Amino acid sequence: MKLFDLFRRSRETTSANAAKQRLQVLLTLERSAMTGPDFLPLMQRELLDVIKKYVEIDDGKVKVEFERDQSMSMLAVNIELPPDMLGKPV
Amino acid sequence: MATVIVVTSGKGGVGKTTTSAAIATGLAQRGKKTVVIDFDVGLRNLDLIMGVERRVVFDFINVINDGIRLNQALIKDKRVDNLFILPTSQTKDKDALTHEGVEKVLDELRQEFDYIVCDSPAGIERGAQLALYFADEAVVVTNPEVSSVRDSDRILGILNSRSRRAERGEAAVKQHLLLTRYDLERVARGEMLKLDDVLDILAIPVLGVIPQDDMVLQASNIGTPIILDERSIAGQAYRDSVSRLLGETLELRYVAPQKRGFMSWLRGRSA
Repeated sequence: MKLFDLFRRSRETTSANAAKQRLQVLLTLERSAMTGPDFLPLMQRELLDVIKKYVEIDDGKVKVEFERDQSMSMLAVNIELPPDMLGKPV
Repeated sequence: MATVIVVTSGKGGVGKTTTSAAIATGLAQRGKKTVVIDFDVGLRNLDLIMGVERRVVFDFINVINDGIRLNQALIKDKRVDNLFILPTSQTKDKDALTHEGVEKVLDELRQEFDYIVCDSPAGIERGAQLALYFADEAVVVTNPEVSSVRDSDRILGILNSRSRRAERGEAAVKQHLLLTRYDLERVARGEMLKLDDVLDILAIPVLGVIPQDDMVLQASNIGTPIILDERSIAGQAYRDSVSRLLGETLELRYVAPQKRGFMSWLRGRSA
């Protein structure tokens, strides 16, 4: 089991995979900046501004990820909130 | 009706001139009357790769600006029938290539040739834009490496928005991916983007995969297009690519590490 996990992790973290992921994120942004309204970066900034109205967040704790396969594309904006924002966990 | 093919990439040093020379030579070998034009004004190199550097008297720029006739500038290849080279000049004048001038030369060449192969300079400046503007088809030369893939993506954007076909609302420029310097061993080790990765990202049909092959350098040393080296694996891959360009369906070679022993066979062939 352990060995299997090790094998899988090493496959996922090859530098070629890193290259592919970096390119996918970068080119999505560059393509949207080049063609039509460049709403993606703007939307990202506005989303952050809205959230900042209510919660203090650290820009460094914001992760933007883009994933794409044959049938769909997904933009995931992952924002890590401070632990105490909603009071104590239930 | 002639087909204008631009060989382009954005990034420099990925194999545009090697590819232009190989594809033009391959098309001529297949009986197509072909001319290959060097658009890299100031840094001409196609003449050297084609081995005709000592036969250049007049060039592309002379035809555009100095009233020289095309027939005086075209160099007929001595190895392959139906093949002509139109070299460029080493002038430092960036504006030597004009839109109208290029259009006029291409219109004249269209009357006589089946294929016009335009060897684009690197970058996305004027020379590169002129090289792709009149194209019917584009061979986008890409190395399996992040900066090359990014630049190819940029060039595809320009082909789709700023070519003559795009501006006139005609059928889009037909785009082909040519993946060069492909190193199967490094792909197998996860050190190099594989064909499928590049296809996922660029999303255009593949014309061919040219394996890393030391014979390419040796062919350039002696001014012979690599496609004329029948034993080299790069030459074979270029011949396959030319067949696909002509509409044939061929399986890709040198793209998957196959059964054991294949790699050593491969090394044996390229040595």
